[in-house]
Amino acid sequence: MAHVPEDTAALMERYGPTLQYTPPGGWEASGEPDRLVQTHCCFCGVQCGIQLKVKDDVVVGFEPWEEFPVNRGMLCPKGVKRYLQGSHPDRLTSPLIRTTSGFREATWPEALDRIEAEIRRIQEESGRDSFGLLSGASLTNEKAYLMGKFARVALKTRNIDYNGRLCMVSAGAANKLAFGIDRAANPWSDIPLAKCLIIAGANIGECFPILTDYVWRARDAGAKLIVIDPRITPIGRTADLFLPVRPGRDSALMNGILNACIEGGFADEQFIAQHTNDFDKVRDTVRAYTPERTAEITGVPAASIVRAAEWWGEAPTAMLLHARGIEHHTKGTENCLSCINLVLATGKIGKPGSGYGTITGQGNGQGGREHGQRCNQLPGGRDIDNPEDRRVIAERWGVDEKDIPGAGLPSTEMREAIMRDEIKGMLSICFNPLVSLPDADYTRRALEKLELFVVIDFFLSETAQHADIVLPGSLHEEDDGTVTTGEGRVVRIRQAVPPPPGARQDWEIICDLARRFAPWEKFPYACTEDINRELRYASRGGTCDYYGITYPKIDDQKGVFWPCPTLDHAGTPRLFEDAVFRHPDGKARFHAVEYRPPAEDVDEEYPVILTTGRVVSQFLSGTQTRRIGPLVDQYPEPLLELHPELAAKHGIASGDTVRVTSRRGDLTLACNVVRTIRPDTVFIPYHWPGAKSANRLTLRALDPVSKIPEFKVSAVRLERVAASDA
Amino acid sequence: MSQAFTQEFFLDPSRCIGCQACYHACAECETHRGHSMIHLDYVDRSLSTQTVPVVCMHCDDPACAAVCPADAIKRTTDGIVQSALKPRCIGCSNCVLACPFGVPRYIPALDQMMKCDMCYDRTSVGKKPMCVSVCPSGALAFGLREEILAQRRERPIDVFQIGPQTVRTKVQLMAPAEVDSLDLDITAFMER
Repeated sequence: MAHVPEDTAALMERYGPTLQYTPPGGWEASGEPDRLVQTHCCFCGVQCGIQLKVKDDVVVGFEPWEEFPVNRGMLCPKGVKRYLQGSHPDRLTSPLIRTTSGFREATWPEALDRIEAEIRRIQEESGRDSFGLLSGASLTNEKAYLMGKFARVALKTRNIDYNGRLCMVSAGAANKLAFGIDRAANPWSDIPLAKCLIIAGANIGECFPILTDYVWRARDAGAKLIVIDPRITPIGRTADLFLPVRPGRDSALMNGILNACIEGGFADEQFIAQHTNDFDKVRDTVRAYTPERTAEITGVPAASIVRAAEWWGEAPTAMLLHARGIEHHTKGTENCLSCINLVLATGKIGKPGSGYGTITGQGNGQGGREHGQRCNQLPGGRDIDNPEDRRVIAERWGVDEKDIPGAGLPSTEMREAIMRDEIKGMLSICFNPLVSLPDADYTRRALEKLELFVVIDFFLSETAQHADIVLPGSLHEEDDGTVTTGEGRVVRIRQAVPPPPGARQDWEIICDLARRFAPWEKFPYACTEDINRELRYASRGGTCDYYGITYPKIDDQKGVFWPCPTLDHAGTPRLFEDAVFRHPDGKARFHAVEYRPPAEDVDEEYPVILTTGRVVSQFLSGTQTRRIGPLVDQYPEPLLELHPELAAKHGIASGDTVRVTSRRGDLTLACNVVRTIRPDTVFIPYHWPGAKSANRLTLRALDPVSKIPEFKVSAVRLERVAASDA
Repeated sequence: MSQAFTQEFFLDPSRCIGCQACYHACAECETHRGHSMIHLDYVDRSLSTQTVPVVCMHCDDPACAAVCPADAIKRTTDGIVQSALKPRCIGCSNCVLACPFGVPRYIPALDQMMKCDMCYDRTSVGKKPMCVSVCPSGALAFGLREEILAQRRERPIDVFQIGPQTVRTKVQLMAPAEVDSLDLDITAFMER
């Protein structure tokens, strides 16, 4: 059913992506605004403060917000140009219903009536779980909470999950296993206090540019910087010690560093004895990871492994930060646990300048994974299969506990469920799976099989082109709410402008739909603060306790760190102070991790490792950033990065066109021959759709614990297709 | 000297991450909306991710002004070398060729030279230049000399020997206190 309409040229003509270069009114108009609205960037988990300039109810530019303590006015190019997404010619301003040749505009009642009727038909014919919801971690906490309640209370389907499944769920799973709580352990203000920093698989300069300043402040104060990456990224270039790990070998490397730490006498035996469990298994496991054996597995020299252990062990304070580079693996949870083992074994946690955390990729990567839009979760970080958690939420929602569905499928397994005819209809918001899920051709076939596919979005994303019905939602600057940043700080998103006529705020759309399936009083909100009050109450007493985080408190404190259990509580910037962890016995848990190879290792047929990632001027699946002209000009299309030694083997010169082939498909693109990537590895950024989509090559294999895909290791082969035009 | 310029501009390419936030933000400045007066160079992308942001160095005795036949480039009493005065600039590009740092750009659409004026509209009222405000890495900094020196190990340089000519600048270039040899190829870090 959900095939892309035939007239794709007409689709592009109307819906883009069109490159927007100039602010509303043009450059010649005065940039003097009517007002400045203090809010945050719509992109990554750093959530930089920014002031949007508003004139005549339109965003016309920005002004740095130097008083916001996290970024103090700093922005990356995406933040600088984000305002160009407003007043955009591609903006959706009417519900759309598919025709044979494209889409036709429809009224809201017609679109909502049809969605309701089709959902009812599908659920009656095939069961409640045959309708699934896809949600996103760029939504505010309020919307994320609402989506979870929409699924469980209105549609009563167990199948809701989110795009955070592609982001940091492996780190979240490791956090819960080790600490009993899933949040970065330290505020970023601890980074400059560290005397040793390990940054593993985090391209900070391009993906979280503002954190570069924190790293540099640490270095200025004498910290040693250790970067683990298969590429010399901009932050890698400045490292004091660079460990060029072979993709897919992170857990072996961390085991090797921990073993060298223990051998060097850097284990904190007192901390281990008093505050942790199960260290002996880890000690026994890592003993086999001698520097020499670790070097053989990882491609990192033995001397560098020992030096990293010495620097980490000797430092009075130290922090370990990681991101998607070690998380996007079929052993993502194990990789993160191997990092946590190093942190715990040396007692470097819960103190100023000592700690650990994942750096979340999406704007609400933290809050989006806490309040019930995950397939196995209820608000407050509660477990949907835990009887007590179910009882609490059933009581607060005023529903029968037996009516709350159980755990559903993760978003990375819903395609298979569509293929098995278990899921027949879907609604998606804040998710562009056609670009972001691995094995893009399989995603397309799954979407085409749906009997009903509804998308809420502000632009017609590549995924929305497959929809039967599209509902025009709201941009970040058109709605109020809160998000929780990568350091666990809850901040306020302030509405700067109204949505354009025809479009509506996302939460109103979701409520309208929900009220067609549930009594009005279950979704009685008049504004986002109403939703926030209910979210705070629902989270109360849970692991992610937001009860004391009111809008006025956020304004006063410029953000509040959860947990914040009471109205007079100031929040909790640093977890685990006094070494109190969140397992029932107050102790942290070690988990022994034996290295295992990636799901698809290289062989004679596919001898090169492909790893994927981001560039600084684009964000995730590019629905927004591929429509902003200056950001597109900065990096117009994906380039294959490869080392001159690998290029020479294939007779490839910089600029040549190269075909990259995996077991899933192939991709033809221009290349950039650089000495900054391992000679056994190639890199392609993943922000583009269709013929330029890196995810045509990646595989669907998942981490068994967290269900995160292995974006960072696929086996490919290369062929030179044509010489450079230049 | 006005109070605004107790603060100085410090440029440290070693910290640059190549993100181009400075380039994009510059074009948002009220006095030259839509035109960026800063540019970013890769030293050699095939070798390194090292990039260099290029702003006007604001020379004490600016070559651009000295070679201007229309007397269109003025230096303020507080040491800011202004962009070409629109009524005077004849678009000859003498300044573009003369600048030892490669800063001025001829804008064909305007038939005029434009260049960085250290965001005079902002800095003259005590704000930071736009590029400095947004720079995520500290490659561009604006502050009191004693504070910068206390925070950083690098040392500021404002005298450049260019052939026979000595150029003094208002903008301070941060240079490493000690420079070791640097390997650029990833294979130097690898187990082979």
